[in-house]
Amino acid sequence: MGMTISEKILAAHAGLEQVAPGEIINAKLDIVLANDVTGPVAIKEFGKLGMTEVFDKEKVALVPDHFTPNKDIASAEQCKILRVFAKEQQLTHYWESGQVGIEHCLLPEQGVVLPGDLIIGADSHTCTYGALGAFATGVGSTDCAAGMATGEAWFRVPESLKFVFHGSKFQPWVGGKDLILYIIGMIGVDGARYKAMEFAGEGIKALSMDNRFTMANMAIEAGAKVGIFEPDEKTLEYVKARAKRDYKVYNSDKDASYEKIFDINTEDIPLQVAFPHLPENTKSVDEASGIKIDQVVIGSCTNGRLEDLQITAEILKGKKVHPEIRCLIFPGTQAIYLEALRRGWIETFIEAGVAVSTPTCGPCLGGHMGILAKGERSLATTNRNFVGRMGHPESEVYLSNPAVAAASAIRGEIVHPREVAK
Amino acid sequence: MGKAWKFGHDIDTDVIIPARYLNRSELDFLASHCMEDADPAFAQNVKEGDIIVGGKNFGCGSSREHAPLAIKAAGIKVIIADSYARIFYRNSLNIGMPILECPEAVQGIENGDEVNVDLETGRIENITKKAFFQARPFPPFMQELIKAGGLIPYVKEHKKNA
Repeated sequence: MGMTISEKILAAHAGLEQVAPGEIINAKLDIVLANDVTGPVAIKEFGKLGMTEVFDKEKVALVPDHFTPNKDIASAEQCKILRVFAKEQQLTHYWESGQVGIEHCLLPEQGVVLPGDLIIGADSHTCTYGALGAFATGVGSTDCAAGMATGEAWFRVPESLKFVFHGSKFQPWVGGKDLILYIIGMIGVDGARYKAMEFAGEGIKALSMDNRFTMANMAIEAGAKVGIFEPDEKTLEYVKARAKRDYKVYNSDKDASYEKIFDINTEDIPLQVAFPHLPENTKSVDEASGIKIDQVVIGSCTNGRLEDLQITAEILKGKKVHPEIRCLIFPGTQAIYLEALRRGWIETFIEAGVAVSTPTCGPCLGGHMGILAKGERSLATTNRNFVGRMGHPESEVYLSNPAVAAASAIRGEIVHPREVAK
Repeated sequence: MGKAWKFGHDIDTDVIIPARYLNRSELDFLASHCMEDADPAFAQNVKEGDIIVGGKNFGCGSSREHAPLAIKAAGIKVIIADSYARIFYRNSLNIGMPILECPEAVQGIENGDEVNVDLETGRIENITKKAFFQARPFPPFMQELIKAGGLIPYVKEHKKNA
């Protein structure tokens, strides 16, 4: 019987010919990841195991991105634990402020994660790497510690849900963010709980890598274990310049079995806005039109890539952010920041009245650099709009793509980009 | 026996332990802010042996192990919910926090009810309402793992005995 791309990657890493949904397997890991929130807990557990060395110093990545540049003394101490451990273990993949980026933008960019890999990360958005055709999933600190120690983890092989996008034409300004929000709105925040989401069809082939990363990133927002894409020419083009080791391309078999197949016409998908306090509360941007906001955040592991900044720059070019709006832009990595600078977009942002920040997870999780007061409202290109996510428990977060966010920053309320692009 | 603290569906890890407290990882500190954004009175009033009752998809969102750690350190003996998010489920068992799936019990327990849970048999008793529910008990090795305090102490114990 045929296998899905997810099943093939899991089987290969478990040394098995075949796996089926529901089966529990033990598998070898290509990369184990942690950040400055989950890493210190994982390192403590690693020590409790009585371990002195990680299984492979080239396969453990530590990324201090959440509370960096160090927000306060407590976060400085957490980051120090990471730094000391990375040095002791002589880890290849560790970055300081100045080189570090948001982990899920940084690792693909640096070629640390590649097609066909099996990856666990102590960060729920580890599923982002599914865009490369890797099986990547979020775990907690204990699983991460065990992975760092042994290079292995156990998995329950997930059932797969296939989302087929028909047609390669999209409504104006619609991107990966709208496609994934549309799906989450359709199936709910637990609609893919424990399952693999596989994205396919003409519509997906038409999408750039940046848009695919955005979609894979938010698979967890439907409860999924991974959001995966079969690699194509665009994937290989992206990977070619970055890979420093071998990788393998897996494809789903024609007779692979899926728990459910969803058929979606790309042209039917309007620009999406997710209302508080769940990513499943999606509406079309026209239904959100006129909602007053205090802050706009553009960036994060969901929408902090070059194309996201390009769309933002196109909309903000020659315009001004509304005087009552705080507009913050967070490029995903230093390389993205530098390229945006060279293309003149950073100048565009600053002239428009935007605060541009060094890469950090910062406001997305209510960490620092853009926290909301009681009763305040933010429109953000981030991934979660839970209660208190960006600050005060009585603040609100709405989610959208960068075009809607940029246009709304100019207008001072949520608006369709066509209204300001005229 | 303990008091039930009842919450709704899709209780995410951001309300269980808000990220603004994640620059620290001491257990007492995490416990003192547990469930703060869902019920600010929880951390002050929760007692050792109390239980949490949640709806579907309990623990969705971030992979922060701080979430089950905060609940455990707050003194909660067991969580009963309709269903759990994947990462939270695995994290809970890994740190020795017992969690049961039992939609009937969720329906049959109100906030403040006195509840007794037998982890060995999976039997849940609502003392206030004089009602019984049956959850699927954990297999013996998982009960041992929970008793040991989680995966790491369990592995260490077994390494010693090997």
